[in-house]
Amino acid sequence: MGEPLLDGQRRKEVLRQCLSVGVATGTYGISFGALSVAAGLNLWQTIALSALLFSGASQFAVVGIIAAGGSGAAAVATSTLLGMRNGLYGLQMSRLLGVRGLRRVAAAQLTIDESTAVGVVQPERSAQRLGFWGTGLAVYVMWNLMTIVGAVVGNALGDPKRFGLDAAAPAAFCALLWPRLKRGDARAVAAVSAVIALVVAPHAPAGIPVLVAALAAIVAGLLPQRTGPAPA
Amino acid sequence: MTLWTTVLLASGLAFALKLLGYVVPHHVLDRPVVSRVTAMLPVALLSALVAVQTFTGQGGVFTLDARAAGVGVAVVALRFRAPFLLVVVLAAATAGILRALG
Repeated sequence: MGEPLLDGQRRKEVLRQCLSVGVATGTYGISFGALSVAAGLNLWQTIALSALLFSGASQFAVVGIIAAGGSGAAAVATSTLLGMRNGLYGLQMSRLLGVRGLRRVAAAQLTIDESTAVGVVQPERSAQRLGFWGTGLAVYVMWNLMTIVGAVVGNALGDPKRFGLDAAAPAAFCALLWPRLKRGDARAVAAVSAVIALVVAPHAPAGIPVLVAALAAIVAGLLPQRTGPAPA
Repeated sequence: MTLWTTVLLASGLAFALKLLGYVVPHHVLDRPVVSRVTAMLPVALLSALVAVQTFTGQGGVFTLDARAAGVGVAVVALRFRAPFLLVVVLAAATAGILRALG
């Protein structure tokens, strides 16, 4: 559409970013695959989650809640609330990509934290598109391959508790949470929602406390800005 | 709900949300309140998941066991900017070793 094409040097730079993010992110598909089979999902269900759902935090939430004895409904609800941010990423990317038809369906499926991040930081329009598609595809391929490796390894390990896999799930959530805690209001929301979840936990079925804790985010988002951290 | 229903329903809804951003007119989603709530949702949900999966046992009662030690080690590793997989492996190894030692 009349934009200047990237020169070879820039093209290489962007593609290198795509690949390094793809490899770094894809590798932890191993932990997803292992946790998923430990939670009681079979190999095909595990593969289906990575191929179809394709959003790390939501996938970890589904298997984490199933493993803890939560209902399917609670797992689906938590996964869906976690996936809402992808809708906003789609909004940003739709302006930059200008895609229609099947390409739009493919772009939507590849719309995740990493592809959006690498896309939007590029200064030129053609690099934004290359960054998004390159990262999305690299993460998709690596994530799905590593999921299979993790599921096969997980099946071979047997009893998940013996290898501390029940500590691996909250550690994975910690690692996903960590980069989002840079701002003070985010840390306040994290603290309040953790307390809410622990207080509700003895009185509600597994999976529900996490959904109740999501209220902290809604309250914090609705409060007028610049009023400091959300109150408990 | 069977496991397959859970898997397919969660996947379908996740895709619908992704597609929504591409098909809904921009002014509908492009509000400060919407972006503030959607930015805070993962923070609240992930933090609650960490709390519940680290500190609750049977029946949701507060429990302190090898998992807390594992997650503690994970937090230290994150402070030292350890990569994702290493964080997870260190947490699992810590909990596994503590259990093996009884």
